[in-house]
Amino acid sequence: MDYSAHLFLAVFLAIAVAFPLAPLLLARLWAAKFSPPKPGEQKNATYECGLEARGDSMIQFKSQYYLYAILFLIFDVETIFLLPFAVAFTGLSAGAFVAIMIFLLLLVEGLAWAWMKGVLTWK
Amino acid sequence: MDEGLRSELGKQGVFTTTLEDLYNWGRKNSVWPLQFGLACCAIEMIATTMSRYDLARFGAEVFRPSPRQADLMIVAGTVTKKMAPQVIRLYNQMPEPKYVIAMGACAISGGPFKQGYNVLKGIDRFIPVDVHIPGCPPRPEALIHAFMTLQRKIDEQKLTGPNRPRHLIADAPSEFPVPQFGEHDLVPPSNPKVWQPPKTARS
Repeated sequence: MDYSAHLFLAVFLAIAVAFPLAPLLLARLWAAKFSPPKPGEQKNATYECGLEARGDSMIQFKSQYYLYAILFLIFDVETIFLLPFAVAFTGLSAGAFVAIMIFLLLLVEGLAWAWMKGVLTWK
Repeated sequence: MDEGLRSELGKQGVFTTTLEDLYNWGRKNSVWPLQFGLACCAIEMIATTMSRYDLARFGAEVFRPSPRQADLMIVAGTVTKKMAPQVIRLYNQMPEPKYVIAMGACAISGGPFKQGYNVLKGIDRFIPVDVHIPGCPPRPEALIHAFMTLQRKIDEQKLTGPNRPRHLIADAPSEFPVPQFGEHDLVPPSNPKVWQPPKTARS
């Protein structure tokens, strides 16, 4: 019998779906059949630390924080590319060196733009 | 099943059990306590779970930080009146079947702080307590003993009849009223369905 790669994938997918679903269904079945839940207002409450929830969960925060996320991204991407660049540095051709330098320049340009805009000044 | 027949079958290498026995065996050997300490008794409770006393031998090492996953509340320490509503609310939030061990003099009666204005004189005034442990604080051996007592209690609970677990009793309350923090005392000061003041017999 010859095995088809796609058949194997299909079987794998079916098992992968069934494996987590089976305990969930069993637990649901068990809960319905064997555990009278005796529900109540406190038992069904969201907060479970003994204290009553008060106030609103829909609090607001400053949207300007997205700038820090973007600045983080610059350094994040830079790190990912700088490490392999440094490792392979001695074996690189001149074209590859120029290419990575242009890429770094683009990233640094973003940082310089943010700097000039005054984002990096903490007040 | 007849006890004689069971032992006779056992001699022949046929072991029988009942669903009830299996159910209780599983229940009593996987009691998950609520990770919840109030005062110095909690230190002894922690010691009980650690390697020297090793509560894990009894299947109860999994202290759950959420009442949703716990079925045993060890009230370990002084229950102040400020804390009592929280304790009772936590008990209410635990799923059935649930059990309570009142650990130490404070939890069972107020202990050395009994005369204090701010101390609840025993958690059994508000929630049903299964096992009381005296001591100030009780040694880990005492907690283990209380735990074994609780295991025996769980094991003896038939699934039918008057001794069945609370969750199988249809008219048992699902929640116990949480007292409010009043001007002078908790309001109400106790739950009369759970606790009645002891009557002094004078002759």
